[in-house]
Amino acid sequence: MAAITMKNIVKQYGDGFPAVNDVSLDVQDGEFMILVGPSGCGKSTLLRMIVGLEDITSGEMKIADRVVNKVAPRQRNLSMVFQNYALYPHLTVFENIAFPLRLAKKPDEEVRRRVTETAELLELTEHLERKPANLSGGQRQRVAMGRAIVRQADAFLFDEPLSNLDAKLRGQMRAEISRLQRRLGVTTVYVTHDQTEAMTLGDRVAVLRKGVLQQVGSPRELYEEPANLFVAGFIGSPSMNFLPATLDSSAEGTFLETPLGRFGLPDKITAAEIGDRDVVLVGIRPEHFEDASLVSEEKRARGTVVQAHVDVTEWLGNELYAYVPYEAPEDLAAQLRDLSRELDSDQLRTQAVVALDPASMISEGQEAELWIDTSRAHIFDPATGENLTRDEERVAALGRQAEQARLRQRQAQAGQAPTGQAGNGATQAKPDQEPPTSPD
Amino acid sequence: MHFVFRPPGQAAAGLLTLPWRLPLEHWTDERLVEIRQRGLSRHVVRFVAEGGTLYALKELHERLARREYGLLRRLHELGLPAVEAVGAVVDRGPDLDAILVTRYLDHAISYRSLFANPRGGQHPTDRLLDALVELLVRLHLAGFMWGDCSLSNTLFRFDAGAFAAYHVDAETAELHPSGLSEGQRHYDVDLARERIAGELFDLFAAGQLPPEVDPVEVADDVVRRYEGLWDELTREESLHPDDQQYRIAERLRRINELGFDVDEVELVDADTDAAVGTEGGVEGGADGEAIRMRVRTRVAEPGHHRRILYTRTGIDAQENQARRLLNDIAAFRAHLERETGHPIPEVVASNRWLAEVYELVVQSIPDELRGRLDEVEIFLEVLDHRWFMSERSGKDVGTMAAALDYFENVLPQVPDDLTGTP
Ligand SMILES: Nc1ncnc2c1ncn2[C@@H]1O[C@H](COP(=O)(O)OP(=O)(O)O)[C@@H](O)[C@H]1O
Ligand SMILES: Nc1ncnc2c1ncn2[C@@H]1O[C@H](COP(=O)(O)OP(=O)(O)O)[C@@H](O)[C@H]1O
Ligand SMILES: [Mg+2]
Ligand SMILES: [Mg+2]
Repeated sequence: MAAITMKNIVKQYGDGFPAVNDVSLDVQDGEFMILVGPSGCGKSTLLRMIVGLEDITSGEMKIADRVVNKVAPRQRNLSMVFQNYALYPHLTVFENIAFPLRLAKKPDEEVRRRVTETAELLELTEHLERKPANLSGGQRQRVAMGRAIVRQADAFLFDEPLSNLDAKLRGQMRAEISRLQRRLGVTTVYVTHDQTEAMTLGDRVAVLRKGVLQQVGSPRELYEEPANLFVAGFIGSPSMNFLPATLDSSAEGTFLETPLGRFGLPDKITAAEIGDRDVVLVGIRPEHFEDASLVSEEKRARGTVVQAHVDVTEWLGNELYAYVPYEAPEDLAAQLRDLSRELDSDQLRTQAVVALDPASMISEGQEAELWIDTSRAHIFDPATGENLTRDEERVAALGRQAEQARLRQRQAQAGQAPTGQAGNGATQAKPDQEPPTSPD
Repeated sequence: MHFVFRPPGQAAAGLLTLPWRLPLEHWTDERLVEIRQRGLSRHVVRFVAEGGTLYALKELHERLARREYGLLRRLHELGLPAVEAVGAVVDRGPDLDAILVTRYLDHAISYRSLFANPRGGQHPTDRLLDALVELLVRLHLAGFMWGDCSLSNTLFRFDAGAFAAYHVDAETAELHPSGLSEGQRHYDVDLARERIAGELFDLFAAGQLPPEVDPVEVADDVVRRYEGLWDELTREESLHPDDQQYRIAERLRRINELGFDVDEVELVDADTDAAVGTEGGVEGGADGEAIRMRVRTRVAEPGHHRRILYTRTGIDAQENQARRLLNDIAAFRAHLERETGHPIPEVVASNRWLAEVYELVVQSIPDELRGRLDEVEIFLEVLDHRWFMSERSGKDVGTMAAALDYFENVLPQVPDDLTGTP
């Protein structure tokens, strides 16, 4: 097992454009790291540089404290799982898993041992002699994973492995991969363009945009304390609403004047921090709105109530969405449209998406009272995208919490690893290699 | 439900009546055709015969379908050997993926049937691999990273004793016109090695591989052949002034023998180039006389459109002219199909276009102006002129009216010695 350390990594292709630009990222030993971002942001390039399939233009790549910039892929002992794995219909499950070992011409005895172990881990033992056609979709996917695990690599790299599965199987496999990763405790880097996948899988998530690393943190940190407008818009679905706002200081205090009404300035920011910016963007997640009539008095006081014209509602049984169009100055509207396009989202940017309690009676065409939890709003500088309300102390606390949760989970896993995996001689018989199982 | 079809869209009109709202797997339409021995695939892939043409249908995620559709069209435009995308069907209903429609590659043979029915007891491994490697190199020269090169994703056709290979399945591919990095090429080749070995293991398990064929050996051989061919086509050579000419001719001959054409030969002074800072391998810097030769290999089969046009119409045109004429035929065909409401075979459309459009215009060129430009060029100018006139008058003026106006007002102004033809 191994940590992966990237320092100022740059990749330029032939046309000179930096596809990966000055990325520094530490993946800790045993950690499950997600690389996420829209298509073309450099995820696959970065992954290929880790595996050694792509030359590094500048910067330093380390695997377990060894600089590997010039080390051949085969010597890095990493296992890459591709989007389009292939199962072979005439080969048994055993041979389908054994395949990479056969390719490497490993002796039969070793092949048998490793495949047996892997099958046990994946609960495929009783299917070893069957053909893939006789397996369920989920079992087939596990065979594909078995092929990666059987190599006993120091780290796993996944490049959008689920992107050509149907939605149901995709959900199932996410759970499966996550469980397996925790169980094996092997360092894993997983690439996806899908933020939902990113948020449900990893210990930490690294968000890339046009080759530049935007933020690395636990899913919760990204959601609650986004570093900038891009991350705020990318993480969460439906995505965060951004309202243009001007600062309005009067004898009663300082307020934000938005198209949805006037808000008190959140506690975490002062007028001084907004400085002489004429306009800022207030970011409010759909779930931080509520039908004001359903909010208790006490809670009401923590936020702001606004009057809004509800254009359309969408009732999904467990969720109710209301759409509230608003006016924005043309230049900001254009900027928000660009962001939307970059995020591959079809969400209209000058329309607030509001998630309400499904019990709410608010309906289309109505003037409604909406409560906004302004304490959870963020304020962004439209020019730089910077989040002016990010709470660094809280970020640090969230980081520590996530790390502790990960370590606890690993310890728990180590305690209950099945016999025949951790501990017994099977994997430890090879002294030159650490077992891919959890440490005792 | 939504259809994205490339023009001439009406050609595929009959496809509209297929049961798109059902999962492809459950279709029972009588137009379905069973193709045995096809390549291994992850998606549901089925074939239908409609209006005399055979199509391949693949059900996959909309994002991937759109991407594959786009890439296959780009390959087609580049004249690279690949199956032809006809369209994609999206928004088929809740929980249904999109369907990509490609034209079935006529006379295509999969490696499975080649191995299952060896001709004259000879297994085709050798020629098969040559064709596959040649295809991969051609794609790489064009900046196309396949991401899934395998025997299953290659279709073969007999070609005068050898095989010609065609690309199918561009779902994971990327096109980078400025060229692939070394890493991207190696990644593709690595993947091909793995896939081919796997496919041969599978054939072996199915009892269709002769015992003397070792899957891993063959897969490694593919890598060697690829590297050999790539090197031959792209290597920079340092030439000594004395045998320069001979060496250039020699190199070009070898490249032609390998079935490729040279687009450009660039000779650079070794010194100048060293100053620019290109990496390594500069020889002969000392005497300052050595010259380095770089060859740029042509990406597509040369004269691709030209040949198609010739077989369809007998018109012999230059490549770019041919491309435009083919577009005009396609538009004409779409027009016919709209008018008649049923699909028109390509041959029929081409013949009618020739008689009703092209010949008509060409025959009415006034004799005294005939030599000003070549016929094809005149025809293309008439097309431009038609566009120009229609634009000005706000309605389509029609080809004949445009031709007459062009002969009267434009063509006489072309100097009569421009093309040098009598
Ligand atoms: N050979 C190449 N030449 C030029 N640009 C390239 C090449 N390969 C990739 N790129 C560009 O590099 C960027 C990052 O690509 P990639 O790592 O594949 O992104 P992702 O995996 O996030 O979709 C993209 O803009 C892509 O177009
Ligand atoms: N246009 C076509 N012409 C001939 N055969 C085709 C065509 N499209 C697909 N096939 C056959 O169907 C198989 C599966 O199609 P493919 O696009 O590779 O699907 P998948 O993405 O699931 O691998 C191919 O290996 C090939 O044998
Ligand atoms: Mg990618
Ligand atoms: Mg395929």
